[in-house]
Amino acid sequence: MSRRAALLAVEILAPVGLLTAWWFLSLDTTSPFFPPLRTMLRTFWETWTWDRIQQDVFPSVVNFSLGYVIAAVVGIAIGVFFGLNRIARRATEPTVDFLRSIPAPAIISVFIIVLGFEDTMKITAIAFASTFPILLNTIDGVRGVDQQQLEMARAYKLRRQDEIFKIILPAASPQIFAGLRISLAVALAVMAFSEMFAGTDGLGFFIIFSQATYRVNEMYAGIFMLGILGYTVNLIFLATERRILRWHRGWRASELGAQGGG
Amino acid sequence: MPVELEVRGLRKLYGTGPNAVVAIDEMSFEVEAGEFLCIVGPSGCGKTTLLKCLSGLMPPTSGMAFFGGERIDGPPEALSLVFQDYSRSLLPWMTVWRNVTLPLLANGIGKSQRAARASQALEAVGLTDFRDHHPWQLSGGMQQRVAIARALAYQPRILLMDEPFASVDAQTRGDLEDLVLSVHATFGITVVFVTHDIDESVYLADRIVVLDRRPTRVKEIVSVTLPRPRDQAETRELADFAHLRGHVFRLIKGAQVDERPPLIG
Repeated sequence: MSRRAALLAVEILAPVGLLTAWWFLSLDTTSPFFPPLRTMLRTFWETWTWDRIQQDVFPSVVNFSLGYVIAAVVGIAIGVFFGLNRIARRATEPTVDFLRSIPAPAIISVFIIVLGFEDTMKITAIAFASTFPILLNTIDGVRGVDQQQLEMARAYKLRRQDEIFKIILPAASPQIFAGLRISLAVALAVMAFSEMFAGTDGLGFFIIFSQATYRVNEMYAGIFMLGILGYTVNLIFLATERRILRWHRGWRASELGAQGGG
Repeated sequence: MPVELEVRGLRKLYGTGPNAVVAIDEMSFEVEAGEFLCIVGPSGCGKTTLLKCLSGLMPPTSGMAFFGGERIDGPPEALSLVFQDYSRSLLPWMTVWRNVTLPLLANGIGKSQRAARASQALEAVGLTDFRDHHPWQLSGGMQQRVAIARALAYQPRILLMDEPFASVDAQTRGDLEDLVLSVHATFGITVVFVTHDIDESVYLADRIVVLDRRPTRVKEIVSVTLPRPRDQAETRELADFAHLRGHVFRLIKGAQVDERPPLIG
């Protein structure tokens, strides 16, 4: 218990120490590119008024959320289909592998031609890029479902929808979550990039605009905000994953326990 | 007693052409309604294949099996299957209760019926207090009891069990054997019980189908006339138990490929 408390203290104190060191070491700096932390934080505080958050953070969050949710739904749905259908999987594998190999920023050019500079384009780009990790992990997860569980489903005459929603999806969920986790980072990156590349609002636009107009402190304020956004989204994700995959941790612990104990 | 399950000329090959492996060469036997039939044979003799054919999970290459007079060409209703590996057939993301009620839910049985059947089944296996646990929070023996409860709640006429107690310790095994016997007596269902354990087959069965080693055939069908109810201590002390055990042992030893002199029976 005291060991856990000590670890927690280290976890909290280390970043605090880092910030403190940064604060004092940067107090007298005159570099135009790395202003003192004190100045950066003051700018951060002054920049992010409620109005400003609504104007530049909300659009990003909305685009990110929509794109990510679309990617999750599409990736999981197609992943289950491909996971269960070997012919469809084999037929599309080269195409999927090719498409996912294209770096997301490159594909944005196409989306701009087709969809313009509006939010639809950004959401599409986010959804497109973050579908692949979810898709591939779902396929793997579905293919790895224990045959005996599927035999059990057949022996007890489960309907197809029960087999999918009560056996296949939960069985694949640890791997689906692994994919969702990768896609979270991808979606954030594409969100920021799409706004830098083609935007009039959003965090990415704010950062690139501040940089282009030599407002270095504002640029850092934008980057900090992006970091906070990413960190928060990650925390929400981890909390959700912990809840949904609680059975998996318990199950794995017991499996390992059984193996170790003999 | 009417015939509940009939196996007629069943044959199963894996693969085709000259590389085909004969899992079951030719097999015929009958199971009467309400009977407790054990199938025993040397390991690797195709017992699991046989059960998969009987439960409709796998089509035989030729020959057929009938359940209640109807030819089995898919998992029949009123048939429950208990797998050997309980840790893989129970769903770890569901509680005991939801594991037991899943087949009922998926077959469109109403809520009150589900609850009634699941409660009764869990009570029959003595797990009423564990309905909200997850399978991995329970011991191996308890997990297999959950699997049995799931099978019972389905209200089958026939229960197929594939070496269900092969991976539990001896004490638990005895308890589970008695549990299955009491379930068989209480619910009046037909049981087909596959095992490689000769003592277990003699202890449980009305009749024992002894299988030959590959290619698998029925070597002999042994009637077990030991009195019921059976008792772990008393039944096993009977002279008849020892004789039957020895008889089945010799049949199986004789089924081994190498013809070593028989061990002292």
